[in-house]
Amino acid sequence: MAELRFTEEHEWIRIDGNEGTIGISDYAQEQLGDIVYVELPAVGASLFQGDEAAVVESVKAASEIYAPVAGEVTAVNDELNGDPGIVNQDSMGAGWFIKMKVENTSQLSELMTEQTYKDMVEGLK
Amino acid sequence: MNRQGRPTAPGLQAQGANESFNTHTGHRGLEHEEPVIFEQGAEGRCGVDLPDPGAFEDCLGGLNRHNEIGLPGLSEPQVIRHFVRLSRKNYAIDLGIYPLGSCTMKHNPRLNEVIARLPGFANVHPLQPVSTVQGALEVIDMVAHWLRALTGMPGIAMSPKAGAHGELCGLMAIRAALEDRGDARQKVLVPESAHGTNPATAALCGYRVEAIPANVRGRVDLGILRERLDETVAAVMVTNPNTCGLFEDEVIEIAEATHAAGAFFYCDGANFNAIVGRVRPGDLGVDAMHINLHKTFSTPHGGGGPGAGPVVFAKELAPYAALPHVNAVDGDYTLIEHQAPAAEESKSFGRLTAFHGQMGMFVRTLTYMLSHGADGLCKVAEDAVLGANYLLARLKDVMPPSFDGPCMHEALFDDRFLIGTDVTTLDFSKALIDEGFHPMTMYFPLVVHGALLIEPTETESRDSLDEFVVALRGLVADAQSGNTARFAGAPYLSPRRRLDETAAARAPVLRWSPPATPEAAE
Amino acid sequence: MRYLPLTDGDRTSMLAEIGVDSIDDLYADVPPSVRLDGLIDLPLHQGELEVERAMKQLAAKNLEAGAAPFFVGAGAYRHHIPAAVDHLIQRSEFLTAYTPYQPEISQGTLQCLFEYQTQVALLTGTEVANASMYDGSTACAEAVLMARRVTRRKNVVVSGGLHPHYREVTKTTLRFTEGKLTPCPPAPDGVEDLAGLIDGETACVVVQTPDLFGNIRDLQPLAAAAQAAGALLIAVFTEAMSLGALMPPGEMGADIVVGEGQSFGNGLNFGGPNLGLFATRQLYQRQMPGRLCGETVDADGRRGYVLTLSTREQHIRREKATSNICTNAGLCALAFCIHMALLGEDGLKRIAQLNHKAAIDLAGKLQPVPGVEVLNKTYFNEFTIRVDGRADRIVESMAGQGVLGGVPLSRLCPDREELADLILVAATECTTDLEMDQLAAALGKAVAS
Repeated sequence: MAELRFTEEHEWIRIDGNEGTIGISDYAQEQLGDIVYVELPAVGASLFQGDEAAVVESVKAASEIYAPVAGEVTAVNDELNGDPGIVNQDSMGAGWFIKMKVENTSQLSELMTEQTYKDMVEGLK
Repeated sequence: MNRQGRPTAPGLQAQGANESFNTHTGHRGLEHEEPVIFEQGAEGRCGVDLPDPGAFEDCLGGLNRHNEIGLPGLSEPQVIRHFVRLSRKNYAIDLGIYPLGSCTMKHNPRLNEVIARLPGFANVHPLQPVSTVQGALEVIDMVAHWLRALTGMPGIAMSPKAGAHGELCGLMAIRAALEDRGDARQKVLVPESAHGTNPATAALCGYRVEAIPANVRGRVDLGILRERLDETVAAVMVTNPNTCGLFEDEVIEIAEATHAAGAFFYCDGANFNAIVGRVRPGDLGVDAMHINLHKTFSTPHGGGGPGAGPVVFAKELAPYAALPHVNAVDGDYTLIEHQAPAAEESKSFGRLTAFHGQMGMFVRTLTYMLSHGADGLCKVAEDAVLGANYLLARLKDVMPPSFDGPCMHEALFDDRFLIGTDVTTLDFSKALIDEGFHPMTMYFPLVVHGALLIEPTETESRDSLDEFVVALRGLVADAQSGNTARFAGAPYLSPRRRLDETAAARAPVLRWSPPATPEAAE
Repeated sequence: MRYLPLTDGDRTSMLAEIGVDSIDDLYADVPPSVRLDGLIDLPLHQGELEVERAMKQLAAKNLEAGAAPFFVGAGAYRHHIPAAVDHLIQRSEFLTAYTPYQPEISQGTLQCLFEYQTQVALLTGTEVANASMYDGSTACAEAVLMARRVTRRKNVVVSGGLHPHYREVTKTTLRFTEGKLTPCPPAPDGVEDLAGLIDGETACVVVQTPDLFGNIRDLQPLAAAAQAAGALLIAVFTEAMSLGALMPPGEMGADIVVGEGQSFGNGLNFGGPNLGLFATRQLYQRQMPGRLCGETVDADGRRGYVLTLSTREQHIRREKATSNICTNAGLCALAFCIHMALLGEDGLKRIAQLNHKAAIDLAGKLQPVPGVEVLNKTYFNEFTIRVDGRADRIVESMAGQGVLGGVPLSRLCPDREELADLILVAATECTTDLEMDQLAAALGKAVAS
């Protein structure tokens, strides 16, 4: 069954087997405001944990998205090219960025659970 | 005799007329809507008269243009009207105070424009024989002399085309000097309050950038700087006066610490206008500094350039300056355009631009320098600082400044006075437009929350400053008294209301395209 | 001081309002050891009359293009600028405005930039253009940086026909970055095998047309070769006027087109300010350097313009920006835009033909001069001649006769002895038959002596 984890940089990763789907949290999309562009990596790119995986741009800011775990990019969300606003509307669902084949699922244990992340965001508000 | 009279007083019917009715044309009185020029042309019309070249056999090797270009045809009166109408949708320093902090929007003397257009300057080719351009080279040499004297620095590169280009010139000279002594270093330290061009330039020179935080007084945190300074640091880039409008009072210690680590001290000279004639950067230990001629020496900003960014150098860096150089021997000027093979005295890192730099800006700058003189330039700095401190004094009870003490040429506020009002820095600034002013710089520098950076410059009269104060105080009162409606949608009275930047960035339309079908064009 | 509105009375009362005794108190943060006591040793202020007199004396020491038969080109060209251009760019609202960061009160500048970007795209045969760079040479260097971002490759192949200044600026810009720059030697006949130098590591090929020597290059085979190898083709021009007569580089398959736009609306100005044109495919628009103006709507739904895609730029992206450029050449772009508006479709095509015709006429007059040979088979408004003798001395000798007869190649390539007898000669719509005869005579005399 799918497992959801978060990073301190407000990325989420949903793991199903060894496939991970990555996006940004609702809090992050709200902070960024209207998202105008998402620069996605090439399919096939292999990323180390913490590598820059994508860049998400609002009108006045650009933020790097880092790979929460190591792995190979297996898919990118092309829908975002046509309508980056999907990230604002559904950041945890249709607004996903990339899918990865996760090398080592044990890295997940370094990430936050949903509840820990929620507590952290509460602290930021 | 004409016996027909007509009403000459406004009359009752004019009173209370609804101002918001729609016109048939879309124009509103003197405010004209103006279509894109491509929507106005007609085939066979032209704004210049040119002779018919007649038939001839071309030498284009068969690579002639076959397709239509797609340019509209207009006559001169139509072109004049188009651009004059467009011009009226712009704010300008000639219309009022332009208080953009860090931008130095001062009056542009018109003599400078006249002189720059003398054919002896404007109509001279950069590759004419040097014997035919002695006056042009003398101008470059004179500007160089003034800049060296005003900064107390012996070396100079005149060719950089703007401030960021000057930064590139300075950092490249630093890197060339370091490599020359076999000292490869990897990073540049930049305060977090710096202009974005500083880190961008350092990256272009192959350096890693490390941010240095500001201390509570809005200056470079000397303690942290000292901790970060080691044998991997190539340069420290500091803006002084800094982007908070403050003089770096520990600048000498910064320079000493930088030098002690074997690094160079680069100064972003964007704010030189606050100290020109009163402080020489060379005396502060600066090794390289660019000077934005379009700021301190008032060449016009022109809606985004052209500028000019000569760089002055300390003795150690001078040999590495960008080509070309002007040399003067007994009133005879020569131009060094190429690196002489194995020349000991010159180790230039190379050329940064075609030709010799922004001559048009040099002529304006020299005219400005001669007009002001050593005494006038000193007054320029003093009046700029005086004006900014006057604004600070008249506003500080309602808009608390971000840092204590006197400022230099610009005053920095943050958005504390807007807390609880539902008005943001952006709303507040846009409301200034309705009051007839260009907003101040906002959200920069990044070291305070919701920054508002105000630079009045020395060419504002006291009346002008007072009028600006009245507007600001009035808006503060509006915001704090809950009159927020005028902020939320501001501006209301400008040629355009707030524009949808999100839509512009999501699906960029960067050029005009003809309507999809011929019918749609009608 | 005529530019300073504050009176001594104002200054005194303002200091009182601030609560300090003197201006020195406002400089209290300056360490005492570096405060200057007196004035710097430079002349004191002067009135308009005196300054004008001094500056006119300096101007008089230059031989201006209009005062002599004039054939100098090589990257800057003398053209007639319609009177309306200078009138319009001196409108206060254009001249004394800042970069249009507040679009509500900058629609004038912004709409002009939008029109300019459209003109540049049309002229170069590309899809999109930016709002200008400093000049053609820096635009060229920026194009190379962009090609490396797009291809994620490092190496650069540079044609020998690229203007040496452009090559040098590109070299300097890349100096402290990784990757190899392979320049071809300059070939006066324009023949070189650039395609053969492209490999799997090549980010881009940089080629100029008309090239340094005036030859017109067919870019189509090279575009195909670059594309096949996954490299970009960067097409450069130093004479934008040529685009009125030639097949545009974008149409020939160039991926990025850059060049110097001074010929439209902007004077020679001893080589600055200039205007860098930069255009490319829409596909790469987010990788472009510099400012971009885009269309949008305002809160009332009316069409308007804004600076857009600014997350590429230094003020937001800082060390990760696509370029460090901030100030560009806004007013020069406006002058270009106005000149182009006056010319329109018919005017541009005609003035380009006039330039070409002038060069053909000039070549016809120079070819018969003893000791002179016209080298080009193809050219637009500038070509190369070979002279009996050292070109730099001959050009200097012609200057002594009051004729500005062209640019000796040795001025641009002093290290190339094989080019020492070549002169670049340009003619434009300004060149008269009489001036051409004067050049032929002066050249004949200089070569013979």
